[in-house]
Amino acid sequence: MAKQKVSTGSTTAKPVFDYAPAPESRAIVDIKPSYGLFINGEFVDGGGTSFKTINPATEEVLAEIAEASEADIDTAVKAARRAHSRVWGRMPGKERAKYLYRIARIMQERGREIAVLESIDNGKPIKESRDVDVPVAAAHFFYYAGWADKLEYSGYGTQSLGVAAQVIPWNFPLLMLAWKIAPALAAGNTVVLKPAETTPLTALLFAEICQQADLPPGVVNIVTGAGDTGHFLVGHDDVDKVAFTGSTDVGRAIAKAVAGTNKKVTLELGGKAANIVFDDAPIDQAVEGIVNGIFFNQGHVCCAGSRLLVQESIAEEVLERLKRRMATLRVGDPLDKNTDVGAINSAEQLARIKQLSAIGEEEGAGRWSPPCDLPSTGFWFPPTLFTGVTQAHRIAREEIFGPVLSVLTFRTPAEAVEKANNTPYGLSAGVWTDKGSRILWMANQLRAGVVWANTFNKFDPTSPFGGYKESGYGREGGRHGLEGYLKGTN
Amino acid sequence: MARIDVRKTYKLYIGGAFPRSESGYSYVVNDAKGKFMANASLASRKDARDAVQAARKAFPGWAGRTAYNRAQIVYRIAEVMEDRRPQFVDAVQKSEGRTAAQANKVVDEAIDRLVWYAGWADKITQVVGGANPVAGPFFNLSTPEPTGVVAVFAPQESSLLGLVSVVAPAIVVGNTVVVTSSYERPLPAVTFAEVLATSDVPGGVINVLTGSAATTGPWLASHMDVNAIDLTGVAGDADLAKSLEEASAENLKRVRRAPSAEPDWSLDPGTDRMTGVLETKTVWHPIGI
Repeated sequence: MAKQKVSTGSTTAKPVFDYAPAPESRAIVDIKPSYGLFINGEFVDGGGTSFKTINPATEEVLAEIAEASEADIDTAVKAARRAHSRVWGRMPGKERAKYLYRIARIMQERGREIAVLESIDNGKPIKESRDVDVPVAAAHFFYYAGWADKLEYSGYGTQSLGVAAQVIPWNFPLLMLAWKIAPALAAGNTVVLKPAETTPLTALLFAEICQQADLPPGVVNIVTGAGDTGHFLVGHDDVDKVAFTGSTDVGRAIAKAVAGTNKKVTLELGGKAANIVFDDAPIDQAVEGIVNGIFFNQGHVCCAGSRLLVQESIAEEVLERLKRRMATLRVGDPLDKNTDVGAINSAEQLARIKQLSAIGEEEGAGRWSPPCDLPSTGFWFPPTLFTGVTQAHRIAREEIFGPVLSVLTFRTPAEAVEKANNTPYGLSAGVWTDKGSRILWMANQLRAGVVWANTFNKFDPTSPFGGYKESGYGREGGRHGLEGYLKGTN
Repeated sequence: MARIDVRKTYKLYIGGAFPRSESGYSYVVNDAKGKFMANASLASRKDARDAVQAARKAFPGWAGRTAYNRAQIVYRIAEVMEDRRPQFVDAVQKSEGRTAAQANKVVDEAIDRLVWYAGWADKITQVVGGANPVAGPFFNLSTPEPTGVVAVFAPQESSLLGLVSVVAPAIVVGNTVVVTSSYERPLPAVTFAEVLATSDVPGGVINVLTGSAATTGPWLASHMDVNAIDLTGVAGDADLAKSLEEASAENLKRVRRAPSAEPDWSLDPGTDRMTGVLETKTVWHPIGI
């Protein structure tokens, strides 16, 4: 998905060109000193305390954000309930559709502003927020807008659930918001959404977009805060639906918390995807896929290809080319249009990446990173790979959620399948080979919700996404994405 | 002197064999009038674990069969049941306290339901899967796949039709099942297991435990090698249902919650008992020359 424009291909090329800095101007964004909660169509102060959101590339404080209290959540859920029963739940689908189309259009119109804001608050390279996050988020609204008046063809009935409580992560703040809100609204639900505490700004900008679109008050409510706020929201008695994207541990806690209720639940959780390279694969393409699979978005991707399984006969060559390619990755200012790898989203996440990498070394795996000048302020981690990793190593089992690749080898397709599936997760997998029948056989054998063959990290609003096993349940995207927001035919 | 009849020992059905409970425990099963019918095996924690192991072992083979073959096998269950209908009519009549006419109707519906589900094996993929028109040069296809091992708690009242209605949808789409029968009415489930053993259903695809959901439930709900759990048979016991759902969260099992009361099994079943134990897999491949 991300166009990695750095030179590749020749194994003999000098890896690095000199690039002049090409920073995107941040003048386009207007960050207010403080933000309230967006409830019932208005920004309100809220009764809780506040917290700061910072730019992870500079540690500069960007804004003071209200932390929603239990009472604030109650107010937001009541507003959403009212909006559902009086307005949105009754509105003909073709009218709901037009609001969603409006939102999609405004997101496109303000695309540059949103992209810059996303990169400032999240740390991701501007080329990714500009070329992936924002356009795919807008496309999601455009896609689901068209479903609003066609629900009778969805196979899941036409009855909305009511109020949806949605909690999203910090890795794709706006895109995850779109994945949650677009299908919910198309199906006639109203929502209370909590963005992650480290990346609230684009969700708050989205609230402004809802105002510009004249979306009826209460249809979308944005409540900011951390774990407690999410806990109050998910646990509120009057929500009909809980949708969560985030870690498997929190997903598990949510699954426990909703036990015995009638809340419908979808969970999109962690992953430890195998990216499997066979000896007949086009190696340059595979290397690009490996790089995209693990270094896209600093590896803060639940479906990241964090375990490279490479066939033993070509392991040496693949590693050599991979290292050469990694040396060309430009790590630094997220707003620079040439940047490939941006800042780690938070000090906490950086600490986890450092900790697991240290454990990788302690357990005997070989650590390698290209020479890399990292900025002195902000949170940074160089693209890293570990060789000699075995299945028992923690870096082969646990989700690192950073730019760290574990390399394992295999000899036969059956061994590749066994190693790939040897994980409690099952979100995604990659296969690289020129042999068609082998691709299809592998795709059948891999226990994962998304299989990318000769490609990786592709997303589209029409394409269902979600996991097997402990990567969660339910699908987002496509017709399947409506199931979690409709009552079903029975 | 009248001939003394030979009684049947009612046992569990695990991995294609009929063991007694490993625990050695059994319990008295009476008919609807309170008259002794049999001592049924009381499934234990160990039996539940053995059953999960058998189901896991059977899963790749069963999921890997062609849909056509699974359809034929489920249809074959219906054939063999039809052949043994007097036995089922008698069991349902006694267990559920029904008239002969009512019991006949129940058995009709149970057999017809198997036939109905058999036909789904090679149709569900087309109904719920399909191509996705992504905005780029990619082949992109979503197909349903079985989720794995499913722990099912069969309904308490409808001992045969209810049992068939919860087991058939799970297996016809390629899952393997550990089913805990109705506690008070387990005998039709054992007879059903005997049909399975002679219907080309591979051992381990359906494992039948007789006994109480309160006993087997916690072990199945917390078992890390069970992928989904169907709490239908826990209808009416909100506390047990809640605790089983909580335990199921440990490995993110797909949970079908207990209804407030036992459903009316004579209604059109719909497809959601199949889709609830299916995963959607989406495969991408670039298109190019």
